Amino acid sequence: MALRRIYGTETEYGIIHRGVKDSNPISASSFLINAYLSKTSEPGVGPNSPRVGWDFIDETPGIDIRGFAPVGSLPPEIEPNLVNAVLANGSRYYVDHAHPELSTPECLDPLSLLCWDRAGDEILIKSMSAANEALPDGEELIVYKNNSDGKGNSYGCHENYLISRETPFGRIVQHATTHFVTRQIFTGAGKVGSEAIGEKRMEIPFQLTQRADFFEEEVGLETTLKRPIINTRDEPHADPLKYRRLHVIVGDANLCEVSTFLKLGTTGLLMAMIEDDFLDNQLKIANPVHALQQVSRDMSLKAPILLEGGKTATALSIQWELYERSKKYLNEFGSENVGGESVIKVMDYWEKILSALTSNPDQLFGFLDWVTKKNIIDSYRDRHELNIDDYKLAALDLQYHDLRPEMSLFSRVSTEKIVSTEEVALAIENPPEQTRAFFRGKCLQKWPENVLVANWDSIVFDTGDQNLRRVPMMEPLKGTAQHVEHLIDSCETVIELIESISETIE
Amino acid sequence: MAESEHKKRKTSEIDKSEIEATEPTPARSEELSSELDELLDEIDEVLEENAEEFVKNYVQKGGE
Repeated sequence: MALRRIYGTETEYGIIHRGVKDSNPISASSFLINAYLSKTSEPGVGPNSPRVGWDFIDETPGIDIRGFAPVGSLPPEIEPNLVNAVLANGSRYYVDHAHPELSTPECLDPLSLLCWDRAGDEILIKSMSAANEALPDGEELIVYKNNSDGKGNSYGCHENYLISRETPFGRIVQHATTHFVTRQIFTGAGKVGSEAIGEKRMEIPFQLTQRADFFEEEVGLETTLKRPIINTRDEPHADPLKYRRLHVIVGDANLCEVSTFLKLGTTGLLMAMIEDDFLDNQLKIANPVHALQQVSRDMSLKAPILLEGGKTATALSIQWELYERSKKYLNEFGSENVGGESVIKVMDYWEKILSALTSNPDQLFGFLDWVTKKNIIDSYRDRHELNIDDYKLAALDLQYHDLRPEMSLFSRVSTEKIVSTEEVALAIENPPEQTRAFFRGKCLQKWPENVLVANWDSIVFDTGDQNLRRVPMMEPLKGTAQHVEHLIDSCETVIELIESISETIE
Repeated sequence: MAESEHKKRKTSEIDKSEIEATEPTPARSEELSSELDELLDEIDEVLEENAEEFVKNYVQKGGE
């Protein structure tokens, strides 16, 4: 039986610093995040509260999963110049290489994750205004939610799916590859031009995805060079005997909620079908790296993809097939472990989007990023009678992803909304209730001065006495509102909390 | 997460009557050109002044 799925995303944002001669993206990213942390009234990161940093300690698999270990030698490995904060909504907000990056808290279904992913974007928007208030006149920080600078440099929007350690990795590779190649027809954020090696930029006036140009391998550990379609990083941030985390690096960052929701929801369903060995070998793609770029460049959605054994199928027909199999799977196994009720909504959108892609993709303006962007660019070009290589078209592409509400082209389109503004506003300040992120977020809200550092699978408390106390959280399904809300509410001090948990465990 | 409205549904079957996604209809497609027209009018006001310089200066190294 498939595991209860845990979902998460990590988004690297593009950043530029205007009004300075030699801008440095690392210090710009630090400034951006620090401005948010200083400005916000959020508990745990407010101006009068100590910042709560990220704990880099490498958890040893299999030990310390119960009770507390006095910690005397915590390595304070936080690099002093690189911000790395934990927010009270359970997110991690930090500088990664030369970008601001936000990792959502662990969510139990794709709808919740959509909500916290959107909250992440709002946090970046708030960060920009905080930073720009603090910058001297004439300077400005601007953040973009995209994945490419158009010059061969890419940055990621990674997805995470917790899966069973028992599932054979080969099975995951085969079926996930088929899905990743073909789901581009609804996950693509659209891009003007090519950045593939050996291809001239304007040989490809427009393609479905930002990322397809950057993938050169089928399977591997890399994320920055020779990127693989299936990434093998094995860092479950949970009990490694039970779990594996599939770290998906091949997707685009989306602005359209439907694109994000379907990207997460369909992939979660696929993982369940893989765990329950529900799929056969009919849809194995013969040359995945080639097919990834082929699909991204095929605006007709009709290009035949070569399958192993010699047959061909279009990306659209493969997605229809995966949709049908998911429907059968849900009828047989139920939706409990793949995200419950929100998966019904995934199926609903999946069917509607595939139908519209089959009949007339332009109907999906406001539903899918690539369709929305393509329509803006095509009609702008027609109106002004521009050549395909006009810089204005590349500028439109970039500006679609500009997160400044007044400058973003995306925000000027009336798009399909799946989560409400109120739900997103709550998710900026509060953790999801159904995973351990709840414990992390609530402790930060209630005892910010006592949380020394935190990470995905533990929190270190400074109780004021001699010992620091580490609370391990190796099980993502524990520490939920149902488990600990009453306890946290009933404890006045963090010492009370720790003693109560300790008693529960003993 | 709007749980109240979801709890009504059974988890093991897909009930078409409760589907909430907006249907992308051909009618919507006809509205598209007028929506795009309005959008294009606005775009010229907000589009980065020097498109070439903007595009050339947008460089993002050190990802992932």
